[in-house]
Amino acid sequence: MLLITIFGFALIFIGIWGMLTQKNIIKMIIGFSIVDTGIHLVILSIGFRKEGTAPIIDATLSKAEAVSRAIDPIPSALVLTAIVIGLAVTALMLVYAFKMYEKKGSLQIKDFKELKW
Amino acid sequence: MVRKIFLFIILILFLYMIFPLISEFKILSQIPDLAKYYLEKGPDELGSANLVTSVIVSYRGLDTLGEVTVLFIATAGIGFLLRKKSRISLTPNRKASEILRTGSAFLLPIIFLYGIFIFTHGHLTPGGGFQGGVIIASGILLLMLAEISWKMNYLILHWVESLSGFFYVIIGLLGIFLAAGFLDNRLLPLGDFGRLFSAGAIPFIYSFVGLKVGSELVGILTKLQR
Amino acid sequence: MTIIIILVLGILMLSSAILALQLKDLVAAIISAGVISLLASVLFLILAAPDVAMTEAAIGSGLTTVVFLFTINRIRKLKGDDDG
Repeated sequence: MLLITIFGFALIFIGIWGMLTQKNIIKMIIGFSIVDTGIHLVILSIGFRKEGTAPIIDATLSKAEAVSRAIDPIPSALVLTAIVIGLAVTALMLVYAFKMYEKKGSLQIKDFKELKW
Repeated sequence: MVRKIFLFIILILFLYMIFPLISEFKILSQIPDLAKYYLEKGPDELGSANLVTSVIVSYRGLDTLGEVTVLFIATAGIGFLLRKKSRISLTPNRKASEILRTGSAFLLPIIFLYGIFIFTHGHLTPGGGFQGGVIIASGILLLMLAEISWKMNYLILHWVESLSGFFYVIIGLLGIFLAAGFLDNRLLPLGDFGRLFSAGAIPFIYSFVGLKVGSELVGILTKLQR
Repeated sequence: MTIIIILVLGILMLSSAILALQLKDLVAAIISAGVISLLASVLFLILAAPDVAMTEAAIGSGLTTVVFLFTINRIRKLKGDDDG
């Protein structure tokens, strides 16, 4: 699954490039959510194993077979919680962007000069 | 110009950083020892068929509690920033279309039933509290789009969120006294493997997590739309 | 066979990521950011993680898009209010 790892890193790369080059704050937040998805892909592809199957015991995967066939459950659990946090953090950033628009009437980053040095 | 050079250097450094990760990547033939323990002992120790659920709810349960806390803090931050009623009217005056209203009246009970099914069967099938909560929040979103004049009752939302968080922690604390540790699910009998009422307290813990996540996401959506 | 599916999904994903950052229309950019999550959820299913795939499909492409659109709606209403 090297291919999925490469795609994940490519998504992170595009997201960082977007965050650094975009002028619009909403576009920067979109870049952040792209980085989020890329990181999830990388973490999950590292936990994958050859011919792996989902770690759910049922008719096709008996308890004894689980050690030899199921994938690592820890990255799945990590990514599952990370996705939910990602939504909350994105929503918080968007609300801040809205507040900034209310203050200045603009979403362009060049209009916010308070932090410029 | 200086900015472009800096950007270029940062991206080159990033590529340099990930290059060894890609060039030395190989698919695991042997999973790590901790994962092996979870896969080997998990089904008999906790009685949950879905091993991702047993990791989230019980083995790494404290992490999940912290994650729910982060979600709560983010929601509280959004509520704080949008506390004033906006001076503009956000909702349009016209009604939603006939098709949307009829379709949502038909689909809404099914979506809620599906969400509840997903979080009560978290220990047997893929899914669980987080997914079920999100599906219930999407159901409420459909209601918000179809019935524009409908207002969420914040008192009910507030109580559902607080009580589910409270009972989540109470079940966790009971685990210290009745079983081996915080958020141990063996305070209730494990039951038959693969039945709905099995795996000790996992269905109850995950239902409370689902209610809490669902009500928090509904809170975010209603505050943004208001 | 799986390789071809992964290649197609990945290339679609990368191109919609570039589109999401390059499109001038903000609503179109948000929709293509939702498409990334939808395609990624299929990749999660190929990586044998159905739990994560469900969450990503519901949150990444559903609720995140809606949260973005609600914010855009608020900003546009505010803009219209200032102009008129």
